[in-house]
Amino acid sequence: MAVQLEERPQAQTEAPLLEVRNLVKHFPITRGIIFSKQVGAVKAVDGVSFTLNRGETLGLVGESGCGKSTTGRLILRLIEPTSGEVYFEGRDVLAMKRDELRALRREMQIIFQDPYASLNPRMTVADIIGEPLEIHGLVKNRKERDDRVRQLLEVVGLSSYHLRRYPHEFSGGQRQRIGIARALAVNPKMIVADEPVSALDVSIQSQVINLLQDLQEEYGLAYLFIAHDLAVVKHIAHRVAVMYLGKLVELAPKKELYNNPQHPYTQALLSAVPIPDPTIKRERIILAGDVPSPSRPPSGCRFHTRCPVAEEICKQVDPPVVEVSPGHKVACHLVKPGQPGPRLIKNPTGVPAGEPGDQKAS
Amino acid sequence: MALRNDEEKVNRVASSIAQKNRSLVRWGVRPAGDSYWALVVRRFLRHRLAVTGLVVLILMSLAALAAPLLAPHDPNAMDLFAFSAPPSVEHPLGTDSLGRDVLSRLLFASRISLSVGLGATLINVVVGVLLGGLAGYLGGKVDSAIMRFTDMILSFPPLMIILVLVSVLGPSLMNVILVLGLLGWPQICRLVRAEILKLKEQDFIQAARALGVPDGRILLRHLIPNAFPPVLVAATFGAAQAIIQEASLSFLGMGVQPPTASWGNLLTDAQSMGVLGSMPWLWLPPGLMIVVAVLSINFVGDGLRDALDPRLK
Repeated sequence: MAVQLEERPQAQTEAPLLEVRNLVKHFPITRGIIFSKQVGAVKAVDGVSFTLNRGETLGLVGESGCGKSTTGRLILRLIEPTSGEVYFEGRDVLAMKRDELRALRREMQIIFQDPYASLNPRMTVADIIGEPLEIHGLVKNRKERDDRVRQLLEVVGLSSYHLRRYPHEFSGGQRQRIGIARALAVNPKMIVADEPVSALDVSIQSQVINLLQDLQEEYGLAYLFIAHDLAVVKHIAHRVAVMYLGKLVELAPKKELYNNPQHPYTQALLSAVPIPDPTIKRERIILAGDVPSPSRPPSGCRFHTRCPVAEEICKQVDPPVVEVSPGHKVACHLVKPGQPGPRLIKNPTGVPAGEPGDQKAS
Repeated sequence: MALRNDEEKVNRVASSIAQKNRSLVRWGVRPAGDSYWALVVRRFLRHRLAVTGLVVLILMSLAALAAPLLAPHDPNAMDLFAFSAPPSVEHPLGTDSLGRDVLSRLLFASRISLSVGLGATLINVVVGVLLGGLAGYLGGKVDSAIMRFTDMILSFPPLMIILVLVSVLGPSLMNVILVLGLLGWPQICRLVRAEILKLKEQDFIQAARALGVPDGRILLRHLIPNAFPPVLVAATFGAAQAIIQEASLSFLGMGVQPPTASWGNLLTDAQSMGVLGSMPWLWLPPGLMIVVAVLSINFVGDGLRDALDPRLK
């Protein structure tokens, strides 16, 4: 039995660790108390497909309410999907029975956004991090558990003397580390990081990001990194997927996405990333209006109501996903393989071309 | 088993990462010893009325426990030379119309009344937490069923239904405790359900689910402990109510039966105008005991509510 964290060789197999196909979650809107009937549905996630390789970080970005977090939770089956397929190492996650699912919990974990809500205030650090060890039978007794918890605390940069403390005695960044240690306790292969740094101070953000990167290096972890901060994603992700109103609009390797964004929405998002250099002047794409309600999404391309270059077809037909270059997929009528796509402005990121990734998350 | 190898490898990895992180570790941590309950105790002690209430309750309970030692007479023995006697050295609180010592009866009555409060509350809490927990955690049909049942119980006029039940079951101490216990839980049930509904969506519960913590354990270790503070407060108020209800029942003759004394049936004597006017030693002491006990419990409840409220931290 593998009791300890193991080093795993990185990305040696071609088969993806995680494969998501056409994932859909519609939350029913019901009316009436006893004889409730469904009067509509919030289409939180509406046909999302992607893969995640071993040791890779896939950034999932989008505005609040676009379904990023729901996607993460669907994969872990914290929420039951309406339809779709999720495969983890080739195993059908959605078909799993209770016992299989419990076993899967050791391989897929989650880190939450709010470090205050994600730890049980009535439990000590030892109990919080030790619980997964106990329920999966990874330790034999209390002493073994505490030793292991001490080790995990050191791994995430906390002191082992924090063992008997309660969550409220820690700062936000420290709590986030406790949450990370808890996820690491079962020695997972993949972690869904649901906006793990957006609730933290900027100075703490980079520490936590660096910790996540160190852990990835050491243990070959794969991350599904959910964020709305493109700067953070640029720092940590290998590939980036952009989501709008429950659908993926663009998915590409990081450099490709930041240098050559195709979808108008991606370009608008990138143009909104602040540059910490007041001397750089650049154009910004300001989108008009609000995000439409996911309970009544627009017809055709969901972005057409706010898209500055939308055409007639965009209002009627849901755009198919096209691969414009290897690994770069876009869902937009105006993007065609082999042809230059729509360019709203010359340089959406505002950073002089040829220096991608120099804008560190800090 | 290659456990040793693993261990070495892990130690190496752990120490290498720990080394990298060492510089980050030494941020200040708030002073130690601040467990949740230590904070609660400290806040409770600042609440003067609550502490007074608690002291009074402890004294009452001790007196009730030590009743056989403290009572100057057998509570049921009649003094043939002193019927309806006013307070004297021999009988500090006088005697009743049968010549029984009122002080002794009062002390023994505390045992009965306080155990009704405690027993009924225990039943309330167990039933309420269990049903409320299930309703909140499982939701859906189970939730509807439990909550409609709760509404039904709440819609009975309480004193009537208690009277009916007690007269069907026969008035006795056990029956009074049972009836009060089995009718008083809906408030706690609703409270627990609401609390659990709120907690269920919190990330730490999601984290527990993601870690594969079994449902039962989530309920018992994560949800109920966090839902407990309001229950504790409701339970104290419930205990006060149970004492009052027992007193009303006994006063009406449907509660604890004579010759066993309870605060309520000591008051029965006051049903006659003569006693009410000319023999205040018969009804004033038990009346005062009820008032003081209920007030103290309510003060403790107030104190607990303030001490347990995380917003006041």
